[in-house]
Formats: sequence, structure tokens, C-alpha cells
Amino acid sequence: MIRDVALGQFIPGKGIVHRTDPRVKIILLIAFITLIFCAFNFVSLAVVTAGIITTLALSEVSFKLYFKSLKVIIFIVIITSVLNMFYGTGDPIWQFGILKLTMSGIYRAVFVSIRIVLLILISSCLTFTTSPTDLTDAIERLMKPLKVFHIKVHEIAMMMTIALRFVPTLLEETDKIMSAQKARGADMDSGGLIKKVKAMTPVLIPLFVSAFRRAYDLAMAMECRCYQGGDGRTRMKTLHIKKLDVFCIIFAALILAGVVLCDIFITPII
Amino acid sequence: MSIIEAKNLSFTYGLKTPFEKKAVDNISLSVNEGEVIGLIGHTGSGKSTFVQMLNGLIKPTSGQVLLEGADIWSKPKEIRKIRFKVGMVFQYPEHQLFDETVYKDISFGPRNKGLSESEIDDTVKKAAKFVGLSDELLKQSPFDLSGGEKRRAAIAGVIAMDPDVLVLDEPTAGLDPKGRDLLLSQIMQYHRERKNTIFFVSHSMEDIARVADRVMVMSKGRLEMFDTPKKVFACADKLESIGLRVPEITKIMLTLKDKGYDVSDSILTVEQAFTEVVSLLKKEGKL
Repeated sequence: MIRDVALGQFIPGKGIVHRTDPRVKIILLIAFITLIFCAFNFVSLAVVTAGIITTLALSEVSFKLYFKSLKVIIFIVIITSVLNMFYGTGDPIWQFGILKLTMSGIYRAVFVSIRIVLLILISSCLTFTTSPTDLTDAIERLMKPLKVFHIKVHEIAMMMTIALRFVPTLLEETDKIMSAQKARGADMDSGGLIKKVKAMTPVLIPLFVSAFRRAYDLAMAMECRCYQGGDGRTRMKTLHIKKLDVFCIIFAALILAGVVLCDIFITPII
Repeated sequence: MSIIEAKNLSFTYGLKTPFEKKAVDNISLSVNEGEVIGLIGHTGSGKSTFVQMLNGLIKPTSGQVLLEGADIWSKPKEIRKIRFKVGMVFQYPEHQLFDETVYKDISFGPRNKGLSESEIDDTVKKAAKFVGLSDELLKQSPFDLSGGEKRRAAIAGVIAMDPDVLVLDEPTAGLDPKGRDLLLSQIMQYHRERKNTIFFVSHSMEDIARVADRVMVMSKGRLEMFDTPKKVFACADKLESIGLRVPEITKIMLTLKDKGYDVSDSILTVEQAFTEVVSLLKKEGKL
């Protein structure tokens, strides 16, 4: 079922990573992603991997769930690494027509697949440990400087909150409508691609109608509670940087230093 | 003759995951052709899961559903055929309307069934008549109808498949009292003419008392009682212990009986109560 997808699901908890300030988590995520792509040899890659694995272990989310989130992208990993294998330069180890397998190609493939896996793992760590509301809150605060350019930061954040809030609702709705149409004899599993797409009309139209109805109801409810955008709005929960957050920043800084040093002193492989 | 039968039917959500939950627990029963079965139970008692197993929308984790004596899952590839024999109207069925006109929407089921154009026309018009939709309305977009009309159009969409067993999951939820009475009497009229079997899920004990031949009481996935409304609603204490209640009028009569008045404890409708009270008053010479 659609609901079994683990990617981007919040797992409530009280661990260290859960308690870290969401703003810090987002910045550190960006830092880690940059680091993943700045590791040019196996030692620095190992340093990043160690940093990420430590974070995952501290997150108190079972590794099973992380594996589950990897399942979704396994094909992307396989395809990109196979493509990369034949993109290397240098002496071919094995050749078939224009397909050339080289040592540098193999290195490249290994790097690319490790990078994608790390990317997904650390991003999942953020969504597993941060509730959608905290996440959008943090994004709103981080994007505040953009107000200078007349970007409506609060409105964007509110849209994101609402969108995230309605993902499970709409999934449930889709499930229900599909069952209802199946009960009327709709055949959604057999036939070619075009037939399958056509068979989705009886599901998509009611889904759109219901999304509009919900949007209308929500707008009405928000207006009844005098919502008027971000101006003059205060928060119930204000974010403060705590000792724990400082520790996290130092931890990330150490990993950063490690990667930079390894990159400088060890010859790059790719 | 029994038309539909459940044999040790069980269903568990999220099998082999931490979220495992037994929704339906070992239910066995047999329903005769032409019966109206009322199904009551608290929210989350497994009613919806149970009825969705009757037409193969949910495959039981163990046990069987027998339709006219044959297991509906004996040929999994032909499960769609079962859906034309066991029609299912979901809660808030108006949320499934999608086509340009009401006519086209009602014809969705019969078309999936593979009927010819003339047969479709015939069955659509019949179904529309049962639920009281005029020819005028059939030409309109379903999204332009009123709430009650939408509900009736959606129910017509299932009736049009001419199922032998019709499952209605809270068909009157969210309608005003007048619309409720109208819809209920239309469904019963249809039942009398078509003489099919009906499963009627409802939270309204009054509705159940009015229409059901037998009542299934479900609690925590198990079948607690399965008997005539009179016998089921006579067990007011048991019903209340699982979070259900008896019809208001039954409750009044039970209270009267507690206070020492000689009235029956199996009164289900206001009309019955009226005759009972009148005869009591006459007997005591007060009328």
C-alpha cells in the first residue's frame, strides 16, 4: 500500500536528535550534504560516513526504518552506479564495443552509490526526528532574511505546513475512493498503461473535488479565527539555541575539519 | 436458503508489523436470502472491515466468505465478478461521484459489468426511480445536486448493478431527519420489490429497529450477538456495557417497566409503544 512508504515520516521520540533545535538540524543537514559531495577520497568519505552513522545511532530510530527508506531509491542507486561504471577514463579493464570498464569508473560508481545512500539516510534522519510543524517553523525562521527581497516567507511556510498536514488525509481519501470505485466494478489492476491511466479518472476527479472542498473549509475556519497572514503574529513556541545545539554544531564542525584535512593531505581518487 | 456465509472470518491489519491490530476476530454466521441484517457496533469495532470482506475488497487473513455456497476467493482473478453480486455503498458515497452527468455516473457500474447499451439504459432508469431521481436530474452534473440528491444518486450507482446482496454502510449519516426517513423508506421499498439481501450498518438504533430482521452486534472485532431486534434490544445492559444503547423508545418502555408498569420490554417503535400504552390504560380503566 501507499502508506507503507517510510520516506519522510515523523517518528515521535525524546532522543538527542529529537531535542535538537530544528533550525540547527536543517543547517547541519545542508552542511552534511555539502560534505558528502566534498569527500574526494576514501578516507574523507569514511569520516563523513562515520559522522552520519553516529547521528543515526543517536537518533533512537530503529535502523530497520532507515533500511526501509533506502528501499525506495535502490533502483536509482543501481542505475546511476552502472552508468558511472562506464564513464571512467584510463585503461579499460574490460571492453565490449563502446562500453569501457575502467578502474576510475568503478571508483566513481562506488562513490556515487555511497553518496546517494548517505544523502537519503541523513535526510531521513531529519524527517524522522522532526515533526512537520517544527520543520516548517524552522524553515520560516531561516528564510526570514529573504523578506528584504519581498518574498512572503510566512505565507510559503504556512503553505508547506498545510501541504504536509494534508498528505496523510489525502492518502486515506484516495484509499477510500479507490475502494468505492472498485466496489462498483472498476478494474484498476489489469490492462496496458493507457487503460490504467484512464481507469484512474474515477479516482482523481472525486479526489480533486474533495481537496477543493477541504481547502474551502480550511480557509473558512482560518478566517473565522482571524488569520491574516504573518504580520503581527506571535508564536506560542519560540526557538532558542541550547547547550545541546552547541554540542551538535561542534560535532559537525569536527567532521567538517576532518573531511577538509583528509581532502588536503590525501590524494583525491575521483 | 443461505445466500452468504462467513466461516471463522478474521482479519488483522498490518500483519507482522509493530502496528498489528486484529480488526475482525473469528466471525461465523449465515444469512438467508431476502433478509435485512442490521449491523451495529462502536466506532472501531470492525464493522466496516467485516462488510468489506463480504465483497472481496479486503482479503481475510483467515476464514472464508461463502456466496451461494462457493468461496469468493477460490478464483482470486475473478474477484471483480463478486463485486457485481455483492453491491457495496460506502459511507458518504456522494464523495465518489465523478462523471459529467448523473446518468453517466450511475451507468459506471453496469458498464463495468459489461451490459449492452439498452440494458444499461434500462437498469439506470430503474435505479433512478427507486431512489426518486427525476429524468431532469439525470441530465445534470452530479456536482450541481443538493446533498441529499447526491447521496441518492451515489446509492443508485450501486443499485444499478442489480446486486443480490446490498451492503449499506451508514447510508443516512449526515442527512436531515426528513431526508433520512425518505431514503430509508426508498431503500425498504426497493428491498420489497427486488427481494434481495441487505446488510445495513448504522449508528442509529431507531433505524435498525425499524428495518432489520436480525441484528449483528460487534465489539472489538467479535460478534457479540446475532438475533432478532426484539431479543437484542431486550439486553439493554449488555449493549450499554459495550458502549451501545437501545432505541430511545425502548429505553422509555424499559424505564416504565422498572417503575412497576406492566409493559413489554421488546418495544422497538413509537407505534408499538403507543398501542402498548393505550392497551395498558384501557386495562386499568383509565381510558
